[in-house]
Amino acid sequence: MFDYTIRRTLLAIPTLLFISLILFLLLDLAPGDPTANLPLTIPPEVKEKIRLSLGLGEPLAIRYLLWLQQFFINEPLHYLTEITGWDLSGDRQRVLSWQSRSPVADVIAQRIPQTLWVVGMSYVVGVLIALPIGIISAYRQYSWFDQVGTFVSMIGFSVPTFFTGVLLIVVFSVELGWFPSIYDTTHVVEDWSSFVFQVKQMIMPTMVLALYNAAQISRFMRASMLDNLNQDFVRTARAKGLRESTVILVHVLRNSMIPVVTVIALGVPTVFGGAIITEQVFKVNGLGQLLITAIQANDIPMVQSLTFVFAILIVAFNLIADILYGVLDPRIRYD
Amino acid sequence: MAMNPPHSESPVLSVKDLCTVFSTRDGDIHAVNSVSFDLYAGEILGVVGESGSGKSVTMMSLLGLVPSPPANINGASVQFEGQDLLRATDRQLRQVRGGRIGFIFQDPMTSLNPVFTVGFQLSESLKRHLGMTRKEARSRSIELLELVGIPDAGRRISDFPHQFSGGMRQRVMIAMSLACDPSVLIADEPTTALDVTIQAQILELIRDLRHKLGMAIIWITHDLGVVAGIATRVLVMYAGQIVEHGRAEKLFANPSHPYTKALISTVPAVRGHRAKRLNSIEGQAPTLYAPPGFCPFSSRCANVFDRCRQEVPGRMQVSSGHDAACFLLEEQGHVATS
Ligand SMILES: Nc1ncnc2c1ncn2[C@@H]1O[C@H](COP(=O)(O)OP(=O)(O)O)[C@@H](O)[C@H]1O
Ligand SMILES: [Mg+2]
Repeated sequence: MFDYTIRRTLLAIPTLLFISLILFLLLDLAPGDPTANLPLTIPPEVKEKIRLSLGLGEPLAIRYLLWLQQFFINEPLHYLTEITGWDLSGDRQRVLSWQSRSPVADVIAQRIPQTLWVVGMSYVVGVLIALPIGIISAYRQYSWFDQVGTFVSMIGFSVPTFFTGVLLIVVFSVELGWFPSIYDTTHVVEDWSSFVFQVKQMIMPTMVLALYNAAQISRFMRASMLDNLNQDFVRTARAKGLRESTVILVHVLRNSMIPVVTVIALGVPTVFGGAIITEQVFKVNGLGQLLITAIQANDIPMVQSLTFVFAILIVAFNLIADILYGVLDPRIRYD
Repeated sequence: MAMNPPHSESPVLSVKDLCTVFSTRDGDIHAVNSVSFDLYAGEILGVVGESGSGKSVTMMSLLGLVPSPPANINGASVQFEGQDLLRATDRQLRQVRGGRIGFIFQDPMTSLNPVFTVGFQLSESLKRHLGMTRKEARSRSIELLELVGIPDAGRRISDFPHQFSGGMRQRVMIAMSLACDPSVLIADEPTTALDVTIQAQILELIRDLRHKLGMAIIWITHDLGVVAGIATRVLVMYAGQIVEHGRAEKLFANPSHPYTKALISTVPAVRGHRAKRLNSIEGQAPTLYAPPGFCPFSSRCANVFDRCRQEVPGRMQVSSGHDAACFLLEEQGHVATS
């Protein structure tokens, strides 16, 4: 298992390098010019100079290698400098945003908390709702609870988040006026009433995403429970005289969680992607919104870095899912 | 049965008129029809019948182990250690399951939970029924594994089921069913899924354990050869009914129901292959959709006459401790068991 983990981790490195190359080539192919948004009064020669100063004059391969060096060596060194206080990075060039000329990593670091609060919370809420619903739906298959659950799940993952988001805004902000329709990211929690406000402004975006996540995970949980409920070992557990709750929540659930846990792990990075739209709807200035504005402004370093961060998340959580599978299933762990 | 019991003491388990019906979308399946039998201390009662004849459902109905719904269990009574299991609460039934009555199932590959160690699975019953602590349960589990002949039990206790061979897994199942020193052990085709040599070892083990521990055993199988080798008494089941019952030597010497006769004549002379199913009799077993009201074997019986298709034959005494449910016996002047 340990060897397996090491091997899988090492394998992730070439995978990520390959992804970074593809991303780089794709973005290079994309039409667009970072100077296009500059005022028309700037003469073409000056624009050309700006382009050169952004490093666009170099050949593709050089630009890619430079980016690699900046992303994998300069940025980590810079980070180390910041936390240790030793000067490790010297005057190494960091990845800079073309829009703001500030380091991409700093901007991303600024935006992460907003995304984590809203998206992370919604994923946790989604999972916490989904698991019991899935378990009960399977145990009481075809009961009214199961039917309602099936219906709500179908709505949950067939209706897009931009629709549920807007619907919630219309009902709860515009009509009822219960919650703010725009997420105020400058809000600071310092006392009880500001905490209440924070909860209020988080409720809608969190719920929109939670519904979407819960819909899928509860279906998975249900299917996985159903797979196991009719297994012979469940009959054995009952024949031992165990309580029904022990039979279901220990014997059946422990087996059913194996695929579900991996699905939950695999879902973490896709949540960041799914959040892009929800963040736009509620004006949460998290990573999703950052990506959208960067794309609109042709800010290639920012887009490149963000998409690559998403790629890292996907690869990392794939790895985590695999490892969890081994941890949870002794048949794999001991082979 | 009750009229002239071959045993002086009263039975450990006494089943009267047990009926199990499954309500399905296609109609009711009458899987168990008016089954009555007694089990006496220390004996091995063999239950034979082809696949689908209701052997498993009968035994699982006793302890409420068939899923309900769809199952509907009825009957006069199931007397066990002073209580009627048919009228027992869930709680009381759970006390009996795995406590006073142990169960072994057919497929040891799937009957153990793959994600828990055998030690954990053994300890569960001990903690539940005997209130043992973790430590006590652990040392008792090791003893049990040693009892069923698993070498190096102290180490193997933390192994997972997939680390055992099929035969060893069945030994673990046996250890689990015996954990709380039950007075009755129900073994549902415990050797069917195993290789022939392993089969013989498991058979030997159970016979040996019965001597050591003295529990009564119900041994379900579709293999007449196995029954002949191990059982003191035999029940022959057909389409959810008991068609013949008797002490093993009497029943094999003088099979009296046409179905039993056919069964015995179809057992091949060369034993030792598990593909040997009891299906070489002409015709097909009836579907269980029709409510009982005729002899279930009438569609395949060579000696069938009108009455067989109009009534269910009662169990007629052939000799002391031997009866069969056939109208031919009545014609010959045998009387009904009470
Ligand atoms: N859960 C169930 N639902 C419907 N029918 C069932 C169910 N379980 C068993 N049966 C029916 O009960 C009959 C007896 O089955 P079983 O006792 O397993 O036979 P045996 O153990 O003798 O091979 C079969 O015809 C089977 O179709
Ligand atoms: Mg069976």
